[in-house]
Amino acid sequence: MALKGNLRDFSVTQLLNLINLARKTGALTIESDGTTARMYFKEGRLLHASIAGQDDQLTAILQKAGKLTPEQAQIIRTRSQVHTDKELGLLLINAGYLSQEDILSSVKQHVLDVVYYLFPFTDGRFHFEPDQLPPADRITVSLDLESIIMEGSRRIKEWERLQEELPDLDVVLKFADRPRTPLRHINLNVDEWRVISFINGRNTIRQIAQHNGMSEFQIRKIVYGLLSAGLVELVEPAEQRRKAAEAVPAGKPAAPVQPPAVKRNIIMRIIDRIRGI
Amino acid sequence: MQNVKIVITGPFAAGKTEFIRSISEIDVVSTERRISDNSRVVKEETTVAMDFGRITIDQDLVLYLFGTPGQKRFDFMWEILSEGMLGFVLMVDSTKSETFREARQILDVFKKYAGVPYVVAANKQDLPDAWSPEDLRIALRINSDVKVLPCVARDKESVKHVLLELLYTILESLEEGVS
Repeated sequence: MALKGNLRDFSVTQLLNLINLARKTGALTIESDGTTARMYFKEGRLLHASIAGQDDQLTAILQKAGKLTPEQAQIIRTRSQVHTDKELGLLLINAGYLSQEDILSSVKQHVLDVVYYLFPFTDGRFHFEPDQLPPADRITVSLDLESIIMEGSRRIKEWERLQEELPDLDVVLKFADRPRTPLRHINLNVDEWRVISFINGRNTIRQIAQHNGMSEFQIRKIVYGLLSAGLVELVEPAEQRRKAAEAVPAGKPAAPVQPPAVKRNIIMRIIDRIRGI
Repeated sequence: MQNVKIVITGPFAAGKTEFIRSISEIDVVSTERRISDNSRVVKEETTVAMDFGRITIDQDLVLYLFGTPGQKRFDFMWEILSEGMLGFVLMVDSTKSETFREARQILDVFKKYAGVPYVVAANKQDLPDAWSPEDLRIALRINSDVKVLPCVARDKESVKHVLLELLYTILESLEEGVS
């Protein structure tokens, strides 16, 4: 199935969340305001990211990470006989200039820089091509999207957007029944832990904010991140009412309930009729 | 004679009118009018008050299907239409990601009106650009216990499937209420 649209309607956070939860493999291209970026994923993990027109050869990545001096980078560019990033990486490791860890951490940081750069984009076309993998000569990493989503969400600064995403603070938060996020990969900051500690299936978002002395903006930002990472869910209003009713002290009259037997009979008759249409 | 109703809601041009037309035994009583604003590029007419379809269940029972107006300026009608409904279907045009946020906002509003069961119909699944139901679930942040169903609103069998799944969900909710 095609996945394409505009970031006005579906944000970078939401796209990454979708790719993560659906464990997608393929290439996501984002075109916004003259920038074309491409990210590759395998089974929901980020492999590679680049921005068209920017030098993302290994030499430039290592120089940016401080692993190579400008002079060393220049020498490699002009004199090196190797042609691909993988060949250059092997050469540097074998020659004892850099470790494998140096190279992988530099590539990882480069990939993260690209992705975090894209998070604030709020307008532009996106298109996901299934099963597309990065060019074979590139050094790839394999990064969990959950932490990236959390960090990216932290960086989202648009108050209006957050308000749109989470308009109602009087809803209750609960932990996801079936979290699809391995918790060990999540890095929560102190404020996020403070929010987490008040999630009990009864406290509303507003109450949690009040307990922690947080502004609406702060709580929205944190809750949006937790929702996007699939750690928590909003309690459906009906479920909320049921839980509230359960919390009513004994002795108080229960709300009138329509006899279910009557309604059940009606539903069965409708089902039979629609089956026969 | 007892009347019951199911509401079909969703963004503008999601396919609500077509959905009701596919299964109603009467010509849908539609209050469509020619569109007078920018929405004209999407379709020529839209529902300004409601669509109204009917399925006679038996001698004593009639099911009405109400389609809500898709344009936001008519949202004052939503609460009136939702009163007393058995459940509702949220229709989403799977090919138009620009409507997903509005679909979720409509869903939030309807959930507030009444804590009744609902399903999400991922319409236009016959088109090549359609997002899959599972991708839609994530995009609309629909909880895992809510059904997101593939749908082609002009196909009667597809519409029957969506309505039956909603009715099964209503039944389950009644049984949970008993136990």
